[in-house]
Amino acid sequence: MSAVLPTSGSMTAPTVDKPRARRPLRLGTKTASLLLLVVLLAGWEFGVRAFHVPKFLIPTVSDIGVALWRGLATSPFAKDSLWYHSAITLAEILLGFFVGSAIGLAIGVVVSQMPKLEAILEPYVAALQSLPKVAVAPIIVVWLGFGIGSKVAIICLLTFFPVLVTSIAGFKAVDPDRIDLLRSLSATPWQIFRKAKFPSALPYIFAGLNMAAAFAVVGAIVGEFVGAQAGLGVLIQQMEAQMDTGGSFAVFIVLSVIGIVLTAALRRIQQRVLHWMPQDPGQQRTINV
Amino acid sequence: MQAVAEDYIRIQRLSKTFGDVVALRDIDISIEQGSFVSIVGPSGCGKSTLLRIVAGLLDYEQGSVSLDGQAIHGTRRDVGFVFQSSILLPWRTILENVMLPAEVLGLDMKQARRRAMELLHMVRLDGFEEKLPRQLSGGMQQRAAIARALLHDPKILLMDEPFGALDALTRERMNLELQRIWAESGKTVILITHSIPEAIFLGDTVLVMTPRPGSIERVIPVDLPRPRTMHAMSEPAFGRIADEIRELFSHTGSFD
Repeated sequence: MSAVLPTSGSMTAPTVDKPRARRPLRLGTKTASLLLLVVLLAGWEFGVRAFHVPKFLIPTVSDIGVALWRGLATSPFAKDSLWYHSAITLAEILLGFFVGSAIGLAIGVVVSQMPKLEAILEPYVAALQSLPKVAVAPIIVVWLGFGIGSKVAIICLLTFFPVLVTSIAGFKAVDPDRIDLLRSLSATPWQIFRKAKFPSALPYIFAGLNMAAAFAVVGAIVGEFVGAQAGLGVLIQQMEAQMDTGGSFAVFIVLSVIGIVLTAALRRIQQRVLHWMPQDPGQQRTINV
Repeated sequence: MQAVAEDYIRIQRLSKTFGDVVALRDIDISIEQGSFVSIVGPSGCGKSTLLRIVAGLLDYEQGSVSLDGQAIHGTRRDVGFVFQSSILLPWRTILENVMLPAEVLGLDMKQARRRAMELLHMVRLDGFEEKLPRQLSGGMQQRAAIARALLHDPKILLMDEPFGALDALTRERMNLELQRIWAESGKTVILITHSIPEAIFLGDTVLVMTPRPGSIERVIPVDLPRPRTMHAMSEPAFGRIADEIRELFSHTGSFD
């Protein structure tokens, strides 16, 4: 065909254009997701307006948007701005997460080096683990007051256990051959820990940290519900008291953003640290010589 | 080798029990420096236990084990160990894995790096230094493990069924490579294997072990010229030794 019509541009043009003409119909998944969001929000807005749903039950999307804007547009240092309360809650989350995970990991390390100690502590860990830590929150507020300290303590309590339990499991799961390999080289216990045990346990520890990050957000809000002077939990309660449901929803959005940013940051770190792990088993490549 | 070579590794009346189970009984072995000794035996005959005792990974209560006149108690710096699987640390590159003994033993890192590159060349892994273990095939991983075991220039190389997990073809090639590496490095090698042909092909001597309690049933010298090629397997002498070993196994009622 092409030999017969070597110069007829007008004849070949339609075959070139065809895929281009069809392309707009095929949506990327991201575009589709975004489109779905727009449809859902529009449905929400008009549904609430059409059926005259009271604002304190379900606010309209535009109400939430206005509340969010109002909260973010005020000075970050004003006591009624979203920034101020977010900063306090975020500080609690980060402090509690780091301190709680660090203690959990430290005890996990110590316990893993001393099997006897682990056996002694095991029933206590199991008993404490089965206790819903949130139940202790009111007493902690009584002990430590309405300031940031009680919230940090509650988050520590919540983040401590997943990291402790997963790190103990991780150190236990180390391939004994790896330890023998280092022993065969006359390695010291510290060298065995640093070069074999700790890196081997890291995937487990990260699983614990991911859990802890999710718990940290819950802990902050629960702690603030129980008793606090500032923070997003306090803001939610104030707004509920004023039947400002739109304002509450605005806080939910801020909370989700904080959660998303935290998990994304943690995943980034995890991917960097565990770069050697295959992301997807299907992508594993072997070179044969 | 030299005149002092006589009893480089000497094991006398060695016995080892785990609780009530007698794993090894009255083992007597003497190994010359620079020689290649293969140990064959049925599963559970204590061959790995024996090797771990020589490596110092396991202690013993009865008998004596000495290396170059010194009693072995605990691990030593001049022993290289190759395990059944490569046990490369998956978060380290191949080069970093091979360098591991240098880090643990506190050797000069610059020198160790040069030596690691030489060893990787010797086991034909040039160009794979920066790869992660999972990017290599099983045979390549095991070759990296051999390079690692040689990094600190140990006097003896202990190998515990190093090629057991490899397919037959790769295994034959690895046998040839190991013979070459041994000839080039001049190490004393103790190889534990399930494979009778592998034991004969590589060994100056084949030690045949009996099932539990493990003891040395027979010491068979292999008088085949070196370097051996795969054709050695079809020589009459090779067949005779293989038959002898099989005969011993059928007597003790254990085939693998």
